[in-house]
Amino acid sequence: MRPADLAAEAFAGLVARPARVLLTVLGTVIGIGALVATLGLSKTAGSQIVGHFDELSATDVVVSPSARAGGAGAAVLPWDAEARLRRLNGVAAAGTLADVDVRGALVRSVPINDPLAAGAVQLPMKAASPGAFRAVHAELAAGRLFDEGHSRRADRVLVLGPNAARRLGITRVDQQPAVFVGDRLYAVIGMLSAVSRQASLLGAAIMPEGTARREFGLRAPALAQVETRLGAVDLIVRQAPVALSPGDPGLLKVAAPPDPRELRGEVRNDLDALFLLLGGVSLLVGAIGIANVTLVSVLERVGEIGLRRALGAARRHIAAQFLLESAAMGLAGGIVGASAGTLVIVGVSASRTWTPVLDPWVPLGAPVVGALIGLLSGTYPSLRAAWLEPVEALRSGT
Amino acid sequence: MRHLTPHPDADVAPGAPSHDGRRLVADDAPPEVPAVALQGLGRVFGADPPVVALRGVDLVLERGTSLAILGPSGSGKSTLLNVLGCLDRQTCGTYRLDGIDVGGLSDGERAVLRAQRIGFVFQTFNLLAHRPVIENVMLAEVYRGTARDGRHERALRALERVGMTHRAGFLPTRLSGGEQQRVAIARALLGDPTIMLCDEPTGNLDSVNTRSVLALFDELGALGLTVVIVTHEDEVAAHAARRVRIIDGELSEDGA
Repeated sequence: MRPADLAAEAFAGLVARPARVLLTVLGTVIGIGALVATLGLSKTAGSQIVGHFDELSATDVVVSPSARAGGAGAAVLPWDAEARLRRLNGVAAAGTLADVDVRGALVRSVPINDPLAAGAVQLPMKAASPGAFRAVHAELAAGRLFDEGHSRRADRVLVLGPNAARRLGITRVDQQPAVFVGDRLYAVIGMLSAVSRQASLLGAAIMPEGTARREFGLRAPALAQVETRLGAVDLIVRQAPVALSPGDPGLLKVAAPPDPRELRGEVRNDLDALFLLLGGVSLLVGAIGIANVTLVSVLERVGEIGLRRALGAARRHIAAQFLLESAAMGLAGGIVGASAGTLVIVGVSASRTWTPVLDPWVPLGAPVVGALIGLLSGTYPSLRAAWLEPVEALRSGT
Repeated sequence: MRHLTPHPDADVAPGAPSHDGRRLVADDAPPEVPAVALQGLGRVFGADPPVVALRGVDLVLERGTSLAILGPSGSGKSTLLNVLGCLDRQTCGTYRLDGIDVGGLSDGERAVLRAQRIGFVFQTFNLLAHRPVIENVMLAEVYRGTARDGRHERALRALERVGMTHRAGFLPTRLSGGEQQRVAIARALLGDPTIMLCDEPTGNLDSVNTRSVLALFDELGALGLTVVIVTHEDEVAAHAARRVRIIDGELSEDGA
């Protein structure tokens, strides 16, 4: 028997009963569809959560003195913390920050143009190492940031957070504005528009650490802000205290984000367990459906089997035809189910404005799984058909 | 597929080349080899107690003759037909078809034999209801392994021989009983089998259709087809050149 003939006979056997085939295939469609949708949606949802964390939190590490060292004011962090941290593999950016005690000095801008505006304001004053701006993702609105040189020379320069600039009535830096801090004059060299970390910088005036040391006697940085590379958080959490306080790492505490992998795992487990079970059950029901219908089909077509045997079909030809029919039903169910599942993923993603994520082997493998299920389900009925005695089979007519 | 040689007695040039490579030998068995030769054929069903359906049947059927097997129901004539059609195995004796000893063949080999050398016509027509007439006829070639090219044309020619070309595209359910039986005969004719076995071919037909089908058998017989008709009606048997009668599993020539 030629393969083309076998395929044609199996196909003809299927199209002869289209309604029944459609209903039979439905179980596989639902099962495969549920599996594909579940795998795709959990992957999609997992990717969204990771994406959210990755952006900022998953790379955010803050090192500060521990309670044992005496809390926030303790002088544990070294002045070269930035340089030490940047030597660690996995650090993308690092810098130190400290609050500067200006001893109640008010800040006022010069010249005073607006007699109605409050002349002098109390502004939080911060000291930062040059790398801190990158570590907090500071965006510059105008002017420039201070650098290593400013700090070493203890230049009297300031960078203003956007809220601080508004309070001082400073909107541009191209005219070289200056402000008095107490009775000392500082040049405003830059203004920030936004920061992603350390939001307190938004309302503060920021000076170089060297300046704060000389002018206000700053004893040590209060915290080190680190941005790690993706996935390096664990490493930096372990290494940073040793790098910064080799004598006694316990004097430092590290604030790090929760491990996103654990979070993702929890979400995925909740979602998947239920839907995979649902998909599995549907698939099982689909398989039983195919087995059942193929068996009914065999019993119904006993006469046809007898006729085919009389026309010269060997047992294996009969078995092959019924196997092919059930496998084709499974394959069709797999293709339709994979398509439906993919549509569900795209639909849900669209409604949540997610980016749909799907392993390519899922929609490609689903029809194969469907065909295998069809093949398995059809095995018993096909063998039964093959072992019918032609004389008995013929007696039942077509 | 094991290649088979005819029994030495058959005196046939062995291994005559066949057109599809699958056909058992004795493809062009010389005319002196009878189409069918039965010797001491018996068939017993079961063991406790054994039911003897056929006993000591001797029969030689020359090519181009038509034979009617007469007998009341339960006499063993259907069993004989099943053995002749390689659907059932004898329990003793020998059966040679075209000189090939069928008794020694495996299931698969007997299936090939059925596909290539035997045409069946059933009382209930046995057409596939969901397939058009032409596909029903073409089905005869599916298990023969012949090329798909030209199958449609060959099936049309077979339909032409039974005068059913005009119904080629119809579903069998739209045909009368007589027409359905003609289609079944066309299916049996496709590929020119050694013998055509007909099991009560007019059993489900009214008198008009019976007459037309019998006329068709007469035509085919005149063309030299070897036909075996099992029937219990004398009127049908009268159309055959030779008549035998089975009673209680024993075969005798019908003199009447």
